[in-house]
Formats: sequence, structure tokens, C-alpha cells
Amino acid sequence: MKIFSLIIAVAVGCVLLYATGDFPSWGDPASPASTHVSPHYLEKALEETSVPNIVTAVLADYRGYDTMFETTVIFAAGAACVILLRLFGIRPKERYYRHLLTGVTIHVIGDRKIPEDSGTFERIDNLWVPHDMIIRSICRFLIPFLQLFALYVIAHGHHSPGGGFQGGVILGASVILMAISMNLRTSLERIREKTVALLAALGILIYSGTGALCILLGGNYLDYSALARILLVSPVEARSLGILAVEIGVGVAVMATMIAIYQNLASSGRLDEGL
Amino acid sequence: MQDLIREIVAGYNYWLYIVLMMIGLYAMIAKGNLVKKIAGMNIFQTAIILFYVSIGCKKGATIPILEHAPHGAHHAVRAADYINPLPHVLMLTAIVVSVSTLGVALALVIKVYQSYGTLEESEIREAMREAKTAEE
Repeated sequence: MKIFSLIIAVAVGCVLLYATGDFPSWGDPASPASTHVSPHYLEKALEETSVPNIVTAVLADYRGYDTMFETTVIFAAGAACVILLRLFGIRPKERYYRHLLTGVTIHVIGDRKIPEDSGTFERIDNLWVPHDMIIRSICRFLIPFLQLFALYVIAHGHHSPGGGFQGGVILGASVILMAISMNLRTSLERIREKTVALLAALGILIYSGTGALCILLGGNYLDYSALARILLVSPVEARSLGILAVEIGVGVAVMATMIAIYQNLASSGRLDEGL
Repeated sequence: MQDLIREIVAGYNYWLYIVLMMIGLYAMIAKGNLVKKIAGMNIFQTAIILFYVSIGCKKGATIPILEHAPHGAHHAVRAADYINPLPHVLMLTAIVVSVSTLGVALALVIKVYQSYGTLEESEIREAMREAKTAEE
């Protein structure tokens, strides 16, 4: 079997390598990929959309449909994760609590609980007990800056590398970092499961709603220049602002999806104890 | 020999992506463990991303972010001075989509592990065969 698959891989590789003989050489400005629509984007994007970062302009304006459905794919992947894994109403058979002053760990079997808000006990995870003051303190210090940086990346996507996808992933990573450094329950207290689901849907709604608003104002779907009538700016500026709205929608949807995938994968759908 | 070396140097990005892609393809076919197959799939996706980004490259060009002069006073832009933004746009979305599909794949793997207690392809097939004969 191994020999057979090695033969397949080598054979396909040889066919592909044979085909590269006809490909343009590396870094060739006259290659077919760089000669059709790409020069138009590079030369006209700034005057048509007023966005200096052409990647952002192409992503959210010229190829707006593509990006909208990519965002929908991400949302669908998050929903698939939740549907596959999420288990409701399953209570853990055992719980562990740590007495805060002495460090004594208590093992509780059955459905009994110790109230966690009493301040003398804290619930700890069954399999893995993250209790490291250095990691906790550094993450507590780091997470606000991560989130601030994510907002910068989303908002500054017009002028520097960045945008909704990157900023959304950083925002999601900050919540995942909280779950890793403390535990899953702490991060769930900050951002609940229902909030995550609502945010994922809200992100798609912002994107498609911006497109629908353009129709209502007399333009085509996702033709942001129609927004000029309510934003009271020139049509070119309106396209720039429409791209910002869309990027925010993408960021919210991506953040929520990343958190939902992590929460369900880390705890196998129980959302109780996890990594 | 000299021709071959010249060809490799002119298109070494293609050689790299094909080698990576074949490593991924081999892992997807040959490995018995489902997580290793998923790792192979991810290597395959990375090879595609490398391929796309490398065809957008132009020699001596810079990143496609222009200088923004106020009041619409733009300089004329020469397309040869900026690398092709299109592959970057396509791959930007593909990276995030590949992460979320990885999430779905891992969710499926967790479900498979919960019902069969193993991730080895041969053992899963054995268990399925036994369940089938037990039904009959």
C-alpha cells in the first residue's frame, strides 16, 4: 500500500513538473496571471474606491460576492462543528474543587456541587489543571492588547496589511488564549455560547445587509457607491466606507466562528471542561 | 544538464510547491491514522497557497499598497511596480476557510473516535465489518 501510494505521488509529481515547463518563470511581470484584470486593479483601484491597499479593495469591492460566500462558508463550518459535537444536558460525573487557602483538592462524585462564588473553593478541570501564576498573569496582561491590535488591524485594513479576516482571527485568538491560560469556563463567562452564535450570524447579516442596503438605495447588490446618498459623501468615498462596513462584518463572523470551533473541539461538545 | 539547472532556477517555486503537494498527497493516501491524513490535507492546502502567492510575484515590485495623497491627487500607477493583488486576495480567504474546514475535519475525527475508540483506518474498517456481520 505504501509503495503503491508512493508510486502515485511520484507519478503525479512528475506530470506536474513536466507541465511547469510551459509556466512563466518566477517573478515574470508579463505572466498571464498579472496581465488581464490585475493591472486594472492596480491602476484604477485608488481613484475608483479611494482605498490605498489594493488587496482590501479587490477583496471587499471588486470580488465582494466571492468574499461574502467565503464568509458564509466559514459560518457554515462553525455551524457544522457545533451540530456535530455539541451535547446538551450532559452533567459531569465527577468534579474537582481546590480549596484556595490550603491547596487541598476535593473530588466530588455524583451531581453534587460546591458553590463556586463562596470564594473559598475554585473548580478545577478533571484532566488538566492549569495553575501557573506566570502564565495567567502574562495572558491577563496580554489579552487586552491583543484585542486592541485586532481592532486596529480591522480598522486600518484600508491603509496597511490587514482587514476583517486577519483582525477577526486575532480577536478569536485572544479569547482562545484566555481559555487556554485560565480554563474554558472562564472564557465562557466572558463570551457566552449564545453570544458567539448570535455574533457569527450578525457578521453575515452586516455583510449581506450592506449589500441589500445598496439595492434599496438604487444601486446593484454590493455596489457601495449607492450608499453615498445616506452617507453624504462622494460615491468614491462611499465605496471606501462600504468596504469598512463589510470588513467589520467579516471580522465579527470570523471571530465568532473561531471561538465556536475551539470551544466545541476542546471540550468535545460539552462546553464544561476542556483544554 | 545546464538546461535542466536553468529550468529549475527559473521555476523553483513550482518545484517547491509540487514537492510539498506530493508530500501531502502521499500522507493522505498512505497514512492509516485519520489525524495524519488531515495533516497531509493541510500540507496539500499550504502547497496550493504557496503556488498562488508565488505566481503573483513580480521581480523588483513592492507590495500593492499605494500612497494615499489627500484630495484625490494621485500619481499615475505603473502596474509593473506592484505585485499582483489577485492571488493574495484569493489566498487570504482560503487560509481562513482552510482553518475552519480543519475544524470540521477534527470534529468528525472526534465523533469517529467516540464511536470506534480508534483512529486507525484498518481497525475502523474491521469494527465496521464486525458490526455488519453481527447484524446479519
